[in-house]
Amino acid sequence: MYPNYLPQKIVATFLLLLKITLKNMVATNTSIAIPDFSISPRIDQVGVEERASRFTKRSIKAETKLNGLLLTLNMIDLTTLEGKDTKGKVQQLCYKAQHLHDSYPGLPTVAAICVYPSMVKIAKQALGNSGVKVAAVATAFPSGQAPLDVKIRDTKFAVAEGADEIDMVISRGKFLEGEYNFVFDEIAAIKEACGTARLKVILETGELVTLDKVRRASDIAMYAGGDFIKTSTGKISPAATMPVTLVMLEAIRDFYYKTGKMIAMKPAGGISKSKLALHYLVMLQETLGTAWMNNEWFRFGASSLANDVLMQLEKERTGVYQSANYFSID
Amino acid sequence: MAKTTKNNTIKLNFDTKYAPAPESKASAKIDAKYDLFINGKFEKPSSKKYFDTINPATEEKLSEVADANAADVDKAVKAARTAYDKTWGKMPAKERAKYIYRIARMIQERAREFSVIETLDGGKPIRESRDVDVPLVANHFFYYAGWADKLEYAFPNKKIAPLGVAGQIIPWNFPLLMAAWKIAPALATGNTVVLKPAETTPLTALKLAEIIQESDLPPGVVNIITGAGATGAAIVNHPDINKIAFTGSTNVGKIIQKAVAGTDKKVTLELGGKAANIIFDDAPLDQAVEGIINGIFFNQGHVCCAGSRLFVQESVYDTVLRKLKDRLESLIVGDPLDKNTDIGAINSKEQMDNIVKYLKIGEKEGLDMYQSSCPIPKKGFFIRPTLFTNVAQSSRLAQEEIFGPVLTIQTFRTDDEVIEKANNTPFGLSAGVWTDKGSKIFNLTTKLRAGVIWANTYNKFDPTSPFGGYKESGYGREGGLHGLGAYLNL
Repeated sequence: MYPNYLPQKIVATFLLLLKITLKNMVATNTSIAIPDFSISPRIDQVGVEERASRFTKRSIKAETKLNGLLLTLNMIDLTTLEGKDTKGKVQQLCYKAQHLHDSYPGLPTVAAICVYPSMVKIAKQALGNSGVKVAAVATAFPSGQAPLDVKIRDTKFAVAEGADEIDMVISRGKFLEGEYNFVFDEIAAIKEACGTARLKVILETGELVTLDKVRRASDIAMYAGGDFIKTSTGKISPAATMPVTLVMLEAIRDFYYKTGKMIAMKPAGGISKSKLALHYLVMLQETLGTAWMNNEWFRFGASSLANDVLMQLEKERTGVYQSANYFSID
Repeated sequence: MAKTTKNNTIKLNFDTKYAPAPESKASAKIDAKYDLFINGKFEKPSSKKYFDTINPATEEKLSEVADANAADVDKAVKAARTAYDKTWGKMPAKERAKYIYRIARMIQERAREFSVIETLDGGKPIRESRDVDVPLVANHFFYYAGWADKLEYAFPNKKIAPLGVAGQIIPWNFPLLMAAWKIAPALATGNTVVLKPAETTPLTALKLAEIIQESDLPPGVVNIITGAGATGAAIVNHPDINKIAFTGSTNVGKIIQKAVAGTDKKVTLELGGKAANIIFDDAPLDQAVEGIINGIFFNQGHVCCAGSRLFVQESVYDTVLRKLKDRLESLIVGDPLDKNTDIGAINSKEQMDNIVKYLKIGEKEGLDMYQSSCPIPKKGFFIRPTLFTNVAQSSRLAQEEIFGPVLTIQTFRTDDEVIEKANNTPFGLSAGVWTDKGSKIFNLTTKLRAGVIWANTYNKFDPTSPFGGYKESGYGREGGLHGLGAYLNL
């Protein structure tokens, strides 16, 4: 199982680490058997693309459409992840998160604000008691190319600042090298560092390329203790696509079949139009069902989606489209 | 960690009972009465009789169509013979092709109208008639138009000649598509045609007659006459017909076979099927489940090549069954004109009774029946998608063609076992194989006795691909190069 050129001692330490991890796993998820990830189910790309395109053929009208648009708003992780982020920018975004479009009464808030760890405290203060959560990208986001102790510190810092959710990245390099145990242990270690914060595991599917690998990474992330699986950082193209998201939703369904435990899903990047968001909701509904149809179990990682949804809502209400100038940019 | 006290989660209804999204009927112009299309004109039947065609989703009358008797058939055959002798048979192939191209383009232009009428008359969901049937119809005409002036390359070193007048009888499950499968290769090879659509679904063929009239195709090259079994028998027995092309039930196929014995009529028969859809344990299971659904519930299961016998390897049986049942719940059964409908109306009362008969046989045999819980309309002919488990090879449900949304599920252990079971049927039209392993696919495709075998997909059609059966599923091939040969003296 392990390369035989490794010194015995390292192997022994590694096994010990694995054992500790497994012990923790057992403590959190009562007796879930961990499968051999090299035999994760295979995915037929043509079939997935065909199925994904079927969801786009659903015609969503009237009340279903209105409900879908409101749900979409409520599922958004409003995101700013830029090197040039400042207190001012984050505060403005936090106001928008709570007041999406006050001239339209009764709108929900977004689900969360997604920022770098350095902005967590500011966001937390700005959001106050609104119910909008603060998600922090940690673990040397977006590349994940840092040692584990740095990643753990990054995570613990964000949690200490008040983050409700942590968006971590997996080590794609290690994953592509076939070091699945490494990836598994890293996720488990970050999960431990999260405490009660919910952990989103970003697979960065644009770097994994094949759907077989997306499925395998999803399985690793869920068995290692991730609360969410998430497609992308938004820094790599392609980001979320419907076929990739479908494969991950099906992985969640299989995990639920096996363990009875629900895992949440977050497609991120590239979803900026409400029509596409409604297609995602159709896909979610028809793959996982009603239990997943809320922001506890599904999120959109997006920055410009909210305004397109608002524009559609106003169109539904008034019958005419309004100019983009009527909707605040952040 | 600071606790967020307020919960901002909203819950709103967004389930698969989506708000109705019906396609508009406005584009479908249906006359109150249709006559017979003979010699380029619509003519009253000499029988003076008409019969109703209804919308199976509402049981409302759509129109009435003429009932052709033997005298009408004779008139149509004479028109076809004259056209073959005087115009079509002599026309340069390049000129023939222009007419076929024109028909293809006109079908594309009126695709929406054709889709809506196909759905109204036959009960199939608009999603299928819009995305599958009508585009394939146009593609068939385009494809065979391309062959018309290249026949010498299709059959090199052969002296080829058309057969003459082709009598064509088509079924009700893909009314317009089957008309295209029959007419396009016949015209491309220089034959003339007398076509009879099924009595429950004549409208799109009559609409096609209108297009043929507008396309200025010489009179008599295509004649479309309506009627029931007696009209079909008159075509089969007419002495001046050179070729019979039939798609339909195995029973009628046998009658036709007897009727043409001793004559010099050429025959192609595309008959029933009871296809095995085989899921191996290394298959991509979620996609395989999709293929099972598509294999048996496409067009309400009214598909001769439907994957109606499911074989699942025992090691993944529980998983596949659970996934299948979950997927069944997300299927929407109802108004065929609604764009969200997955499964439409059963084509006729007669067919519905036939399917119900088999459901009762299944119950009597002690099989476990599972139906989705979806609501179905009170009026019209509808049946919930149905699974039967605990099915033995010797069960009647696993042996006879049901032609409805009914799937029997059997298990198997080894490759050899499933090959033997799959071939253990009088039919041999199609099969499906689901596995991640290429070598296994090749092993099965060489050993399964079926005309079409799909690997990791199901119910895929293309004009370039030949289609036809082994054993009691008929003989002769339609589509592709093979489809040309069926209309030529080689």
